[in-house]
Amino acid sequence: MMNALASLDWFLIATSLAKTVFLLFLVVLPMVSYTVYAERRVSALIQDRLGPNRVGFPTTLLGLKTDISPFLGGLGQPIADAVKLLLKEDFTPAHVKKFYYWIAPGLGIAAVIVTLAVIPFGSSFLGVPMVIANVNVGPLFIFAISSLSVYGIVLAGWSANSKYPFLGGIRSSSQMISYELALGLSVVPLFLILGRLNLPEIVQYQVKNGWLLLPFTDGKLTLKEVLLWIPVFISFVIFTISLFAETNRLPFDLPECETELVAGYHTEYSSMKFALFFLGEYAAMIAGSSLVVTMFLGGWHLPFIPDGANQGGLDFLHAVPAWIWGIVNITVFFGKVAALLFFFIWVRWTLPRFRYDQLMRLGWIYFFEIAFINVILTAGILAFFPN
Amino acid sequence: MSPLFFWIFSLLMLGFAASVVLNRNPVASALSLVVSFLGLAALYVSLDAYFIGTIQVLVYAGAVMVLFLFIIMLLDLKAEQRRKLNIAVTAGGVIVTLGFVAQLIHVLHRLPIGNQPFSALPAPLDDVRNVGTTLFSAYNLPFQVVGVLLLVASIGVIVLSKRELK
Amino acid sequence: MAYTVPRPKLTLAEKFYLPQVVAGLLITWKHFKNMLLGRTKIIMQYPEEKWDASMPSYYRGAPTLVRDEHGRERCVACQLCEFICPPRAIRIKPGEIPPASKWAKVEKYPEEFDIDMIRCIYCGLCEEVCPEQAIFLRKDYAITGLSRSEMIHNKAKLYELGGVMDGVVNKWNPKK
Ligand code: SF4
Ligand code: SF4
Repeated sequence: MMNALASLDWFLIATSLAKTVFLLFLVVLPMVSYTVYAERRVSALIQDRLGPNRVGFPTTLLGLKTDISPFLGGLGQPIADAVKLLLKEDFTPAHVKKFYYWIAPGLGIAAVIVTLAVIPFGSSFLGVPMVIANVNVGPLFIFAISSLSVYGIVLAGWSANSKYPFLGGIRSSSQMISYELALGLSVVPLFLILGRLNLPEIVQYQVKNGWLLLPFTDGKLTLKEVLLWIPVFISFVIFTISLFAETNRLPFDLPECETELVAGYHTEYSSMKFALFFLGEYAAMIAGSSLVVTMFLGGWHLPFIPDGANQGGLDFLHAVPAWIWGIVNITVFFGKVAALLFFFIWVRWTLPRFRYDQLMRLGWIYFFEIAFINVILTAGILAFFPN
Repeated sequence: MSPLFFWIFSLLMLGFAASVVLNRNPVASALSLVVSFLGLAALYVSLDAYFIGTIQVLVYAGAVMVLFLFIIMLLDLKAEQRRKLNIAVTAGGVIVTLGFVAQLIHVLHRLPIGNQPFSALPAPLDDVRNVGTTLFSAYNLPFQVVGVLLLVASIGVIVLSKRELK
Repeated sequence: MAYTVPRPKLTLAEKFYLPQVVAGLLITWKHFKNMLLGRTKIIMQYPEEKWDASMPSYYRGAPTLVRDEHGRERCVACQLCEFICPPRAIRIKPGEIPPASKWAKVEKYPEEFDIDMIRCIYCGLCEEVCPEQAIFLRKDYAITGLSRSEMIHNKAKLYELGGVMDGVVNKWNPKK
């Protein structure tokens, strides 16, 4: 027993813990709440409104002259929202199946958060690689764990014991199964090209050979890269669209579609339990965007910028200490994720919701087949250009 | 990997496997099976077989069991909950299980492979590549045959379900 | 008569759907950009600017009670509004006008008159049904409060909001 404890690598455990705390509480959770804020602001701007632009920080309560309302105004809104959700009455209806009703929100968000463990959100910082778990099956791990998040939704729908949540849960499970297939199959071409499933190595490959979606970022463009760009682009489109379906975002938000199902699977939830579903949805968006950034858009890499060990990039930049570049890499990564989140929001406020049969047809008839042909196409190109 | 994890995960697995059988509520049984699969996946991972572990979660817990749950919820089975415990059948089941376990222990003890220690595998284990190359070189024919079998099965399902419709 | 909705024939680009998606995204992007750059006219910043000045006279705000030009409360506690009110927002306790009063012939007046503004749906039926033109929906629309009891407008509050209204009901006035 003591032996077992002594054999553990305490440095690894301590850094992993620090990274987890940093990623979860200092990056992802604030990012989630500000994504909600961005959702409201962007939707307002798209619809020629202003959105929440009032809530500042009530410094008058502390005896100051004026309240601070930072530059666009309303930046205090997420804090107010969080406080509101925490303080609201947590109501459990009498007709629900209590045990499942209580564990469902936790299941949903836990699955999403675990997927973040394998995302390389930076190069390295003071020699510590910026990924919590460096596993050899990164994308598969993410697919596996995120496929579990459907249990949260299904259980919520079933345990609520009323028809709208139930329909939401049913829809959600069939939708998830359909799109997981397209999601998994659409990235197989990437694995063929990259020849590995380790996410940090995938990023390294893109640092060396140019981002997969923008193969010119390494400064040169070969015929092979141009040809491979076609299947990569198809993969990117299918993957992104399937991601919309996986994260229950409009235009595929049928499990919670307000016009038909009140609020879908979380109709019977209130207060913080509802907020957990909400958090889970946005955290899933962040996790999905992180995966897209890592696999298609070069992860933390930006041309000319060195990595956290002061390698690569422009030579004169190496004068700056390496840890600064470590931080820059992390910022670049989350910058890219934020850009994708904006895209998510933008699409949501542009497109109407799909009908259920359209959704299923898109998943099974079009995406599945196209992804399949894409695999064969990529294999053909690779066979033609064996380096 | 510490043997501690082996005990934790195998106990988890066995406990929830038992609860699959003991639970009267079909949804609870299905969920117990999911946890049991997760325990199995964790065991694979603790043996450094990341690929198999992840596929276990992805295929069984993530897809097959979701379908199961989907069907159970749609059917809304109440009969199982109402059924009385049949002592004779239960006792028979327990006896068969115990007999099987005893046999398994006996046989495994006798086999030389059961007592032989294994050396650790070389550290960076590229298991995805290994599984892939083994499947497509050493076991190429069986792999293709299995593929055809699955294709036949799925076509069969389509044919059967279409005939129902008419 | 049955009417068949004509379904337009889709062109190939429309069937492919993605070009339409991009077109839609460009439209929303234009709105987003114009709003961000301040090119879209912002009509009103609500709590600071109000539209009270341009409110029409027939606006249906909060229901209020009014007095006539003599300062007499017009309501005769007939309770018609109480009965008609769809969400049962009105509660009236009628009282008798003492015989010594100048308005003794009116006989009744509301001792208590509560309108629960949490219930009121601003339908205006009370105004319509009132035979005495005593209750009017005035222009107050921002009715807020920190407690439920604060949201119940009692008689004093209703008269304060309503004020005086000259009207056509002259039957109680002394003959000229
Ligand atoms: S307000 Fe009008 S309808 Fe209501 S009780 Fe008074 S007189 Fe009757
Ligand atoms: S406006 Fe309608 S709801 Fe409000 S008090 Fe009058 S009758 Fe009742």
